[in-house]
Amino acid sequence: MRNLIALLSGLLFGLGLIVAGMANPAKVLGFLDLFGAWDPSLALVMAGAIATALLPMQWANRASCTLTGEPLQLPDTRRIDRRLVIGSLIFGAGWGLAGFCPGPALVGLAAAVPQAALFVAAMLAGMLLFKWFDQPRARQ
Amino acid sequence: MSIDWANFTPWSALAGGVMIGLAASLLMLFNGRIAGISGIVGALLSPRQAGNGERCLFVLGILLAPLLYTLLVARPTIVVEAGPLALISAGLLVGFGSRLGSGCTSGHGVCGLSRLSWRGLIATLSFMASGFLAVYIVRHLWGG
Repeated sequence: MRNLIALLSGLLFGLGLIVAGMANPAKVLGFLDLFGAWDPSLALVMAGAIATALLPMQWANRASCTLTGEPLQLPDTRRIDRRLVIGSLIFGAGWGLAGFCPGPALVGLAAAVPQAALFVAAMLAGMLLFKWFDQPRARQ
Repeated sequence: MSIDWANFTPWSALAGGVMIGLAASLLMLFNGRIAGISGIVGALLSPRQAGNGERCLFVLGILLAPLLYTLLVARPTIVVEAGPLALISAGLLVGFGSRLGSGCTSGHGVCGLSRLSWRGLIATLSFMASGFLAVYIVRHLWGG
């Protein structure tokens, strides 16, 4: 059951990215180009996603287990710290540079777009670099 | 600023957003997990971690999406303007930054904001701000 839900959720997520236009970096850059010809479409992707997930997530915030009685794994940290802000600023800079974020990049990879493959390889390298950077801290 | 009405696609954006919201809700209601792509992919880089089986299946689902979409509808439109050097730099920044900041557009933007999480809001405002800035620099300072 868990595995089936994970597969379906990933499939629906990926299809949603394509339908929304988020899997198209040119469209994403149109949204991030606030000082040029601005395409507000992606604001509606966010609005649609949040409006849909709001009630289920509010339920999860208060529930003690999932609908199938399994443990909920919600993030337990609430701290607004430098890692959160600096990490997000770095992430956003990369997002704006190419128009790819992780989900759409995976969609592009599977659609055999060579630039997406190059981006995903660099993204994995960036994640490994972070693992290496964070190791001394993780051992403490 | 001017609105690019020619490329504005409100209905498909909303429909895709609803699908993304449904996908995130499914994963939370049944599996109790945040649908954060960078977190899921990042965890897969540490093998033998509990839950990696279902993480693999989630990623497999995303990878199957363009194939299914191509079969049923049409080839998805994917237009990449960035050159190789920009793609490599962008990938490194996205990979490193999303792990340092514990999330990306999906984890913080979709799941965090729907959970009304302050961390999600601060992260989203931060990556939107630097995203706007990066595009401004690339398109209007360098390119302009």
